[in-house]
Amino acid sequence: MDFAASILIQLLNSVQYGLLLFLVASGLTLIFGIMGVINLAHGSFYMVGAYLAWSLASMTGNLLTAILLGLVLSVALGLLLEWLLIRHFYERDHLYQVLLTYGLILVFEELRSIIWGDDVQSATVPALFAHSIPLTDTLSYPVYRLMMSAACLLVALGMYLLIRRTRLGMTIRAGAHSRELVESLGINVRLLFQLVFALGVALASFAGMLAAPVSSVYPNMGGQVLIICFVVVVIGGIGSIRGALIASLLIGLVETFGQVFLPAVAGMLTYLLMALVLILRPQGLFGKA
Amino acid sequence: MNRNQWIVLVLVALLLAAFPMTGSTFYTQLITKTMILAIFAMSLDLLVGYTGLVSLGHAAFYGLAGYTLALVQPKYDPMSIFITLPAALAACALFALVTGWLVLRTRGIYFIMATLAFAQMAYFVFHDTGLGGGSDGIYVNNKPVVGVGGTKLLDLDDRAQFYYLVLVTMLVTYLLLRRMLDSNFGRALAGIRVNEHRMRAIGFPVARYQLGIYVLSGTLAGLSGYFAALQFGFVNPEILSWHHSGAALMMVILGGMGTLHGSIVGAFVFVLVEDLFKDQGVFGAFAKHWQLMMGALVVLVAVFLPRGLAGLGAVLRRRRAPETAAVTTTASPAPTGATPTGRASAAGPSTDARDA
Repeated sequence: MDFAASILIQLLNSVQYGLLLFLVASGLTLIFGIMGVINLAHGSFYMVGAYLAWSLASMTGNLLTAILLGLVLSVALGLLLEWLLIRHFYERDHLYQVLLTYGLILVFEELRSIIWGDDVQSATVPALFAHSIPLTDTLSYPVYRLMMSAACLLVALGMYLLIRRTRLGMTIRAGAHSRELVESLGINVRLLFQLVFALGVALASFAGMLAAPVSSVYPNMGGQVLIICFVVVVIGGIGSIRGALIASLLIGLVETFGQVFLPAVAGMLTYLLMALVLILRPQGLFGKA
Repeated sequence: MNRNQWIVLVLVALLLAAFPMTGSTFYTQLITKTMILAIFAMSLDLLVGYTGLVSLGHAAFYGLAGYTLALVQPKYDPMSIFITLPAALAACALFALVTGWLVLRTRGIYFIMATLAFAQMAYFVFHDTGLGGGSDGIYVNNKPVVGVGGTKLLDLDDRAQFYYLVLVTMLVTYLLLRRMLDSNFGRALAGIRVNEHRMRAIGFPVARYQLGIYVLSGTLAGLSGYFAALQFGFVNPEILSWHHSGAALMMVILGGMGTLHGSIVGAFVFVLVEDLFKDQGVFGAFAKHWQLMMGALVVLVAVFLPRGLAGLGAVLRRRRAPETAAVTTTASPAPTGATPTGRASAAGPSTDARDA
């Protein structure tokens, strides 16, 4: 009974971790798939989200208010960055996108140090979700983590509907396919791309905000997430949201159960998985050849 | 190389050779470090500038060589450099062969992500396992012996001798690479950079060329990492981190990629600027936030100087002559008029990816 329950806990953890990864990776793959921009600073947005959640929550005393405020700020940050810098890099080589966003990481890290300091912080779980659901006499599962998974699923569903079922989504897909054609139809592609970038920033930042109470808030927290998200995108296939979802869940499973059963090599497993995908299907599971 | 290039090279070599006579230990050390980084940057330029493969995991080789030295070297007895150096280079070559075989199955943005991910894997091996002292790192207990039979040729503990060893290595590396790049092999690489498919159609074994240059580049990065570990007598996982790979990329672009000597210039400018930003005499208390200034500089270079310092003159001239700038802007389909020149020099990897 206890064994089954602990397996269930690990399963829930891996799904929760996978879904969180998906939020970050989907923004990354969206920005690349639609605008052709590789964004190394994406992990920084995750970090910014976590710090926003922590600092706004300690100001307002409520994590939910903090998340709402933080989302508004993140969207504003995304719009500003796109207008100021990213916009000028759409047509340029990936090399310069890499260099630009690498510079942005340094800037964001140092600004974080100036604004919020270098200490490890932790955001508190809202009282509403602060209890746990008992599974057996000794084991229980925190409600907040379930809420995290639910929130991620809702966002994933919302994104699917936005891109596949709305007029805006249709225009975005068309813009990714041929920018000139959509422009000639009188649609403002510039604004469209600006919105997509802001959406990507908001997704990463939202993931950071959700994670703030469970993973604590610390310097350089974005780097680790970014690289795992690269692995997600390589495994799932670039530009494929569905691929990102499957790959995120896969990595969630591999990392969580790896740590339980093969702790010595757990850190490597994800990369071995990526190597395997590169051997068998270099374009990724859902990528186009 | 033409006569003028030889003259510049000899002058630079003489200047660097004379530098330790100024007696400044700090700057002699700093230049040693810079020359090591210049070798590192040149090895990356082989991939990025000459072959059109943007690697973001180059620090893995640098770190791997350092760790190999630290682990092969016994705790008490110094070992011969003729054992530790080949061991470090072999480790890097092997790692490059395996990861190269994998990452070269991808192109463009995939290649960037995959190289970064494998470098991170190497980072985790040294960071999370007890193999190399974990996150604390490990000391290189003894400097290797440079000698044949019983005669000692060099004393690596002597800072001046080490300085000259690094200087000579950097110059020899530069000359050998220059020779290689001017040969048919180098021309084939340029062909692959510009149009991989066409080269394959002509009958060049493109994949083998790319893997070959990837292994060479990784091994050379290992050479620089070996020297770095020697200089600092210490290795930790940070030397494998992607920040280090990013810094190398910045050096290559800063000096002008695809030129080889640009990497040397880039390394020197990078280190000197970093040293300046960290200087409290210049920036006061703000020097603590040197990383902010460095980041801003990287962003500015990406925006305004796609061809690095070599392109600085062209950018300034365009500013002074607005009419010609207007012409280039309208001629370029890119939304930004600031950098129409950057496209031509760097069109390699992405156009290939889109052709595919």
